[in-house]
Amino acid sequence: MRFVTILALSLFSTTVAADEIWVTNEKDDTISIIDVESEKVIRTIEVGERPRGITFAQDYSVVFVCASDSDTVQVIDPDTGKVLHELPSGEDPEQFVLHPNNKLLYIANEDDAITTVVDVDERRVIAQIDVGIEPEGMAVSPDGKTVITTSETTNMAHWIDTETQKIIANTLVDQRPRHAEFSHDGSELWVSAEIGGTITVFDTETKEEKAKILFEITGVHKDKVQPVGFEKTKDGKYVFVALGPSNHIAVVDPKTYKVIDYILVGRRVWHMAFNADESKLFTTNGVSGDVTIIDVEGLKATKSVKVGRFPWGAAFRPTTK
Amino acid sequence: MVLRTLVVALSFCLLAHQIRAEETIQIGYLEQLVPRPPILSNLDEIPENEGFAGAEIGLSDNSTTGKFLGHSYALEKQIVEEGGDALAAAQTMLKVSPYLLLNAPQEIISKIAKLPEAKNALLFNVSSRATKLRGEACRANLLHTMPSRTMLSDALAQFAVKKRWSKWALIHGAYDADKFYLTALEKSAKKFGVTIVEKKQWNFDADMRRNAAQEVPLFTQDLPNHDMMVIADERGDFGRYVIYNTWIPRPIAGSEGVVPSAWSASVEQHGAAQLQSRFHKEHSRQMRPIDYAAWAAVRTVGEAVTRTNSADLDAVKSYILSDKFALGGFKGRPLTYRKWNGQMRQPIVLSHARAVVAIAPLDGFLHQRNELDTLGLDQAESSCATFTE
Repeated sequence: MRFVTILALSLFSTTVAADEIWVTNEKDDTISIIDVESEKVIRTIEVGERPRGITFAQDYSVVFVCASDSDTVQVIDPDTGKVLHELPSGEDPEQFVLHPNNKLLYIANEDDAITTVVDVDERRVIAQIDVGIEPEGMAVSPDGKTVITTSETTNMAHWIDTETQKIIANTLVDQRPRHAEFSHDGSELWVSAEIGGTITVFDTETKEEKAKILFEITGVHKDKVQPVGFEKTKDGKYVFVALGPSNHIAVVDPKTYKVIDYILVGRRVWHMAFNADESKLFTTNGVSGDVTIIDVEGLKATKSVKVGRFPWGAAFRPTTK
Repeated sequence: MVLRTLVVALSFCLLAHQIRAEETIQIGYLEQLVPRPPILSNLDEIPENEGFAGAEIGLSDNSTTGKFLGHSYALEKQIVEEGGDALAAAQTMLKVSPYLLLNAPQEIISKIAKLPEAKNALLFNVSSRATKLRGEACRANLLHTMPSRTMLSDALAQFAVKKRWSKWALIHGAYDADKFYLTALEKSAKKFGVTIVEKKQWNFDADMRRNAAQEVPLFTQDLPNHDMMVIADERGDFGRYVIYNTWIPRPIAGSEGVVPSAWSASVEQHGAAQLQSRFHKEHSRQMRPIDYAAWAAVRTVGEAVTRTNSADLDAVKSYILSDKFALGGFKGRPLTYRKWNGQMRQPIVLSHARAVVAIAPLDGFLHQRNELDTLGLDQAESSCATFTE
């Protein structure tokens, strides 16, 4: 039976790249798996309570899922969908980032104002770092030297030295920071602020604010334009920013920090993931319970795919090696 | 030009009053206990720390931020017994710190705000919903984190219009507070085009726990046809017995049923679940509107201190009233202050015990400046003169 499956898969992979997008459904305790080619949900797997953050190991051998209300990070075999084991994560893990060493997982414990550092091989907590209230956004610099935690109520980006696991700087951002990302070359840190309605760009060398990105959608009050998750294309052309309850994705030029376009998607858009060649972008729309697929070249929404209730996180999984 | 002056003034303050490392930002909390009149039900329990519990959560939020910036905060509480001298207590507290939260009836808040000691102070009304305090009785040193009755009734009127439940029958109690709420409801009805088919005062002095089923149908039988019944019963005396006992089946709102408020235990969107859980962990009970207002007041001071890096009253106050100020308040929109009367702009929750039904401003109620200004006293109708002096 297994042999047949493998055979079928490998046959398949020579013809079409059947890659997947994994979407965590916060209020269904499930993950919906979307086939990138057919743009359909092909599998739904059950996970712990209130799944949010999701990320694959670098070799895609396992997937890590924050099961916030189960107070654990689950390690799942992506082929079978089975939970292999759970990692000690501290309370209420919301979002995390895997260090480039593929060994340390930095987890934001939303209810505890702590960032927990877990060794995923030894399955133990190696450090807990006091951060601001309601930590959420997590980022790691490409060189692995710095990890960022942003705290929603304290309104800061905390810069953590990964050698010492200590905070080396705290920089204020606008109200309710949600997500952080380094630029691909590591020279910039971007932090979105949901209630502030901005993205602050920091120079990572000086940790000084370098630019502020503002958003404006005709016919939508600025209070509803709430930047949350965002993703950058590798070619440095675009940054796609989810604008929450304004139901739009902004397309930002990372060189000029200007918005090029707004794309209408589903309701309360949270996070997103690209497919392998970054020709498609999949956005999770919390309130409408679906995923919008965006054609990156044309900057157009092409399709909505129904998933579970309150889809939140998204991650890409190649199935062809 | 005005803005530029403000910016210059601000930066000057920044230079002049940087917080010293060992300095603690003191915030006072003054509560005047008032006699609670008896109500029919024996079930309601008002927590003793209502208000202060919220201030404590605000303090811990401020302190967490502060520890990364070298700012520390402290709360000082004074509870004045029934018939005690709240003014004297306020005078003492204002000597220690210019930031003072007031959980007291409207008259006392007014008197404290007029004290000479309060001239160079920033007071926060965290309890009174009196519209008057935001109107003719407003004071330049007094901000309001509790929404006014008018904000609540406007929220309810928007909801009714949106649902097309725009014919109201009003039932109100005999107490002053009920009548103030009634006035606010009538005003909101006019503002949003709701028709009040009849209003009727509740006068029964019988014990409704036993005979609501008999009395309420009769009491509501002669009301003209209506879409929604709105109850003004601020003490929670009779309203609860009206639900499911009316002559015709209609949704109920106001003091019972769908209740407009600053905060309710059923709010969970926009990260609110986290504030609720922090509160519950600390105080083992649900967070109430006064707790929320006190939390917001303490956070307002904290936010201004954080951003200006100053504990100086003038710097803090002008920052709070500037366009730069914005506070994340777990209700989906930034909280700011109205420059014409010091009221904190905020979404109003319309909820029942188990869920949020809607959040005002509802979609479609537009405003040239800020949709939140569709709720409560707008600038054009403001009779507050002293505020912008």
